[in-house]
Formats: sequence, structure tokens, C-alpha cells
Amino acid sequence: MTPLWLIPLIPAAAATVNGLVGIRWFPRGLSALVATLAIGAAFVLSAGVFAGLLQAPPGERMIETLLGDWIPQIPLATANGIGMFKVTWLLRADALAAVMLLVVTGIGLLIHVYAVAYMRDEPSGAYARFFCYLNLFCAFMLLLVLAGNFVVLFVGWEGVGLCSYLLIGFWYRKTSAANAGRKAFIVNRIGDLGFLLAIFLVFYTFGTVDFREVASAVAARPVEAAGLGVLSAICLLLTLGAVGKSAQIPLFVWLPDAMEGPTPVSALIHAATMVTAGVYLIARTAALFMHAPLVMQAIAVVGAATALLAAAVGLVQHDIKRVLAYSTISPIGYMCLAAGVGAFGAAIFHLATHAFFKALLFLGSGSVIHALGGEQDMRRMGGLRTRMPLTFATMAIAGLALAGIPPLSGFFSKDEIQVRVFEAHPWLFAVALLTTLVTAFYIARLMALTFMGSYRGGPWSPVASAAAASTAAAHGVRHPADAPAHGQAQRADHEVTHGPALRGPTSMARSAGGAGDAAHGALRGAPHDAPWTMTLPLIVLAVGALAAGWAGVPATMGGSDALGRFLTPVFAGLASNAAAAHAGRGTALGVMIASVLAAVAGGLAARYLYVTRPEVRPVLALRWRGLHALLYAGFRVDALYDATIVRGTLAAARGLRAIDLRVLDGAVDGVGVIARTGAWLSHMLDKYLVDGVVNAVARGAGRGSFLVRRLQTGLVQNYALMMVLGLFAFLTLYLLGG
Amino acid sequence: MTPITPYHYLVLSAALFTTGLVGVLVRRNIIVVLMSIELMLNAVNINLAAFAWERQHAVGQVFAIFVVAVAAAEAAVGLGIILAFFRNKETLNLDDLDIMRW
Repeated sequence: MTPLWLIPLIPAAAATVNGLVGIRWFPRGLSALVATLAIGAAFVLSAGVFAGLLQAPPGERMIETLLGDWIPQIPLATANGIGMFKVTWLLRADALAAVMLLVVTGIGLLIHVYAVAYMRDEPSGAYARFFCYLNLFCAFMLLLVLAGNFVVLFVGWEGVGLCSYLLIGFWYRKTSAANAGRKAFIVNRIGDLGFLLAIFLVFYTFGTVDFREVASAVAARPVEAAGLGVLSAICLLLTLGAVGKSAQIPLFVWLPDAMEGPTPVSALIHAATMVTAGVYLIARTAALFMHAPLVMQAIAVVGAATALLAAAVGLVQHDIKRVLAYSTISPIGYMCLAAGVGAFGAAIFHLATHAFFKALLFLGSGSVIHALGGEQDMRRMGGLRTRMPLTFATMAIAGLALAGIPPLSGFFSKDEIQVRVFEAHPWLFAVALLTTLVTAFYIARLMALTFMGSYRGGPWSPVASAAAASTAAAHGVRHPADAPAHGQAQRADHEVTHGPALRGPTSMARSAGGAGDAAHGALRGAPHDAPWTMTLPLIVLAVGALAAGWAGVPATMGGSDALGRFLTPVFAGLASNAAAAHAGRGTALGVMIASVLAAVAGGLAARYLYVTRPEVRPVLALRWRGLHALLYAGFRVDALYDATIVRGTLAAARGLRAIDLRVLDGAVDGVGVIARTGAWLSHMLDKYLVDGVVNAVARGAGRGSFLVRRLQTGLVQNYALMMVLGLFAFLTLYLLGG
Repeated sequence: MTPITPYHYLVLSAALFTTGLVGVLVRRNIIVVLMSIELMLNAVNINLAAFAWERQHAVGQVFAIFVVAVAAAEAAVGLGIILAFFRNKETLNLDDLDIMRW
């Protein structure tokens, strides 16, 4: 039996080591080694789990590990009287989780290897910090995947959100990066609130938060086909959470900005794994969603709309990473669409293949950015095909896979989704088909702008770049892009940004050293393929992007649909999953041909506009400039949110501040004045009335005693006289009275 | 010639006592005051002796002897105090002895 708990624990332990010890003391190699070994170990264990599940008969494909209680039994009110709220650290690996485990650890491992070289120019403290965050992310993601109940999943969910925030804002001295991190965190909060409320409602409804218990409880309930009941409410809230995490309309705005993070982060978190957590959540709670068909339709519509609109925005972006960001939102929309029509297996299949080719696209773009010394604007790229053949080849494979060209992985997964969508909602299939066309267009455009034609950027003279870097160092500004170029000069630059507070002469000396290093850099000045630690992951991912689809070739194409059958037990008994078998061969073939034709058409259109007749483009852009500007601004959603929500929040905050100042402070001040007045009155009363009485008594006693004490003369003869007078008085009384 | 009766002794004793009392009250010299006290004591002694003779009883005489003894002791103590006082103040004026007032 594989120790399931070790899978998230090893990366967590490595993150702890790197975070506590590594940042201060580890050299670069050691922190990278610790992190990579940890994720490698997690990968090996995950592969073991996967193999174990593969061998098990379909009904028994599950491993459970109960680590112990987290929250002991607390009696809480539920819909069925008092229930026991109890949360255990329950890890459960079923087929769905196993696929996700392989994706997360496999791609995570490759990206760790890639980052070893990519982040090399960071100072060692930041280097260890980077790997600490990356490992921590993997740990939380694996916890999310393995969670056996809602609450543990929520822990992982929030954890990956935290790591996403930390890694987007990794270069926290750069204002835009810090803002992007905050934006991602805050936008995700909205979705997380939905998820949290969903958990509350799940417990209130079913009296348990365990996925399996909830699923079996749901099975006993009727499908809410006509109206919205409590199951629909739960699903809506879960959908809100998924929409936030998976960057769907209307909460997608954080993902394009998340590209401020280092490129390996974009590849791992904002393309391959974390953003798919929303889709995973929907698949994990598929039993609930199957009982809320109206919510399913909403998800399908949201997914389709997101897929098309994000792809459209990706058409006109200049920043290579922004294109890829929108190109991430779009396939996740596809996955949501698949989940929305009940094709959970297809959604997970697409998730897995997408992880390969999108991570590959990001890492390839990272190589390009790296080679061009931080240039991200595609208008200043071009012609890199001959200079970076390996990067070009691997990215081309990924691009073809993304576009859905057979027999690459994306084709099979996308096709499966499209067949299912066609059966469920033909009009959504039209949207999906259009998306395929647009997708093929923008990815072909990206490849054409980056690798075809001739180089349009500035000269890559090493002297010039070193001089630029030393200027940057002297002024204490960061290199405009995230990717460091080769050579010592950029290292000096980075240390100005992230390093210890060495300023003035030291950084000047370092940049002088960088300029001296330029002679060495002369050989490496022109763009070229990255070192092997960066190209190796590209090659492995390219193999994955090529071949991953063969794991799930649909039966209608004569394939075995191995992945689908592997996942079947997870989604078994869900009504609409069985519909897949009804897909007619003719329908499937028609959908496939339409899809491929759309992809080829998109690709050819891009080829026409960007390779054959580039001069047509400005004319078109001018004619459609309104649309062009709208798309370039991402449908101005950011501006819309800024005008409504952000400004609304700020205005409300200002209003509340005014209320605070006037009403609350006034009330508090009023209380203060009243207290002061009362105190003054009390003081006066004390001083003049109470003290007056006391003083009057004292003064009376003093005056009185002044009279009486005169008798006490101290003269013996006076006393004797008194005695005699007294004696006479008594004698007189005695004699007269007697 | 009238016989001597206790009445005569009482008159003599009262005269002597009054003399002593006035001496105590009006004189300012401590020694004179002490002497006046002796006068008052002896006026009492006369009374005691006179009544002992009148009643033919010895108790009165015994008391008189006691008073003489006490008077001797009183004189000794008094003179001692006076001596100490004089050493401190270098005066015998009773008006200067007023440190015990209010």
C-alpha cells in the first residue's frame, strides 16, 4: 500500500526546509536539488498510486488514508435535526485523483527542472524562496487533489491560492507584480466565499462533508430538473468557487495579470494545474451537479462564452504571455463546457492534455523571453525559427495540439468534448467550433510572429545590453520584463531589485563587472536555445503533447478510450455519462471533420495574414479598429470592474469613512464630552461641597480647641488654683445644700 | 481662762492650712511653694494629733507620724526635682516651668 500522505507531505517538508533554512544558507544548487528531489519523490509515489489503481478491478479503484481527526464531533444544526460536524484528515485516491496526481507531479517535476536554469540569475535567497513557494504550491495542490472531504479540499484550495499570490508577486518590488498578486488573491476571494458557503450548505443539507457520503446521499434525492432547490444552490455556490479559481467569466480578470509572475509559475500554476482546480472541483462533486441540470446548463454556457471570448481577446494581444494567458482561459472554458454537458471524463481528459501542451507553450515562451533578454512583446520578435530550432519545434507541436490537429493530444480531448456538446446543445457546439477556429488563428499568429519572418527587435549586441543593464542598475530600476537574460549584467540588475540592501558603490561595482563580462557574453549574445535543463522539459512535454491523447482515443474512432474507462468508476451511475455510448459514428465523424476544418481554416487565415500578406493587417486593423481596441482591452472588463466595483467599493469606503468621522466619532466624542462634563461637575461637588464640609468640621474643631486648650497653661499653680476653686465650689454646694 | 478645746486646734490648723494654701497658689519660688506644702501637711498633722488627744485614741498619732514620714520623702523627691530643674533652666521661678502647656 502506497503511503498516500507522503505525497503532499514531501513537497511540504522540502518547502519548509527551503523556507526556514534555505533562504538564508543554502547555495542555489542545494535548494534546487531539495525542491526537485521532493517533487520527484512525489511523482514516483503518485506513479505508484496510479499503477496500483490501474491494476485494481474497476470497483475497487480507491485508496484511502485516514490521518486522524481534525475537528472532533461538534453538534450543529442541520436540515434533519442536530448533526455531528466532524472533519477528518482523510486522503482518498480514486481514478480521478490519480490522473490529477500524475499531471500535478509530472508537470510539476518538469517545471522544477526548467526553473533550475530559468531562475538561475536570481540571488540565492530569492532562488530558495522561489523553490520554497513552488514546493509549497505542489503540496497544497496535491492535498487538494487527494482530499476526501470538502474541508480538506478547501485547505488545499486556499493553500494554492496563497502560493499563487506569493508567486505572482514573487518580484514584489515591482509594483505591477505586487498588484497582480493582490488582484488574483482578491478576485479569488469572491469565488472562495462561494465555495465556503457551499460547504456550509452541504453540511446543513446532508450532515456530512465527506465526498462519498454526500454522493450517496444525493443519489437518494430527485433531480431538480424543473426548479432550483437546495442542490442547485449548492452547485451554484460551488460553481462560483470554480469560476473564481478557473478564471471563467466573470472572474477571469486576474489570470492575464498573473503573468507578472516568473514564467515557470505561469506554466505550472496559471496554465497546467491550479486553474484547473475549478474543473476538478466540479468533476469531484459531479454527483451533486448531475442533480442540478439547470446549473449544469449555466456552467456550459459560461464555459462556452469564456472559451470564445477569451480566445477572441487572445487574437490581438502583443505580449506573448498575455496571449497564452487568454489561451489558458479559453481551454478551461472548454473544460467547463464539457463538465456542463455532463462529460466529466472528457473534461478531465482535456485537462490532462491541456496541461501538457499549455505548460509546453509557456515554457517555450519562457525560453524565447529568456533568449531575448526579457522581451515579451511579439512585435519585437520574429525569425527565431532558425536560431531556436528546438524551442520552435516543441512549441509548434504544442500549438498544433492546442489547435486540435490530429493526431496530437488536443485533438482527441477536444473532439470528445465537441461530440458531447453537439449531442447536448447544438448551438453551444457552434460556439465551440468558432472557438476552435479562433484558437487555431491566435496560436498560429503567435508562432508566426515569434518564429517566422525576420527579427524585428533591437540589436542584441552584448555591449549594448550590458550597458543598458548597468544603466538600469545605476538607476535602481528593474529590467522591464521578468525573464533575466544571460550574463553577469542582469544578475547585478536583479540584485539591485531583490538582493540585500547593497546600494551605491557595490551595485555600481557589480554592474562594472557585468560590463567586463560582456566579452564572454559576445558569443552568447544572439538568441539561441536554452541549456539542457530547460530544453529537456520542453522535449518531454512535447512527447506528452504528442502522445497523451492516445490514452483516451474515443471508441468512435476505433480507440480504446483507456482513460475514459479508467475514470468510469468515479462517474459511474451518473445518468448522462452513459449518453456517451449513444454517440453515433456518423455524428462523431461529422463533428471531427468540422472541428479539424475549423482549426485548419483558422491556421491558414493566420498564415495568410501574418506570413503571406502581412501588409493586409494594418488595413484590417484600421477598418475594425473599434473591435480591435475592444478586444485588445479584453472587452474592457477590467475597466468595467474598475468603474463599478472598485470605484463603488472606494466610494462606499469613503462614505463609511465620512460616517465614521461624523457619526461614530461624533458619538464617541459626545460620550467623551458628557463624561468630561460629568467629571467636572463631580470635581466641583467634591471640591466645594464635600471638601467644604470636611474643612468646616476641621476648622470648627480647630477654633473650638483653640479656646479650650488655653486652660492647659502648663503652670502647676494654675492647676492647683483650679482644684482649690473646684473644692470651694463643691464645699459650698455641700454646705448650702446640706 | 477657758480650757483649750479641739475647736482651738481646728482654728489653728485651718489658719496654718490657709497660709500654706495661699503660699502654694501665689508664690513663684519653687522652694517656697515646697515649704508651703509642708505647712499644709503640718496643719493636717495638728488636726490628727488634736483629735487623737480628744478621743484618747492612738490611731491619729500614728497617722501623724506617717504623714511626717511621707513629708520627709516628699521633701527629698521634691528637692531632687528642683535641683534638676535648676540645672536645666538656671531659675527657680515657677512661671518658667510651663513646657507642659497646650
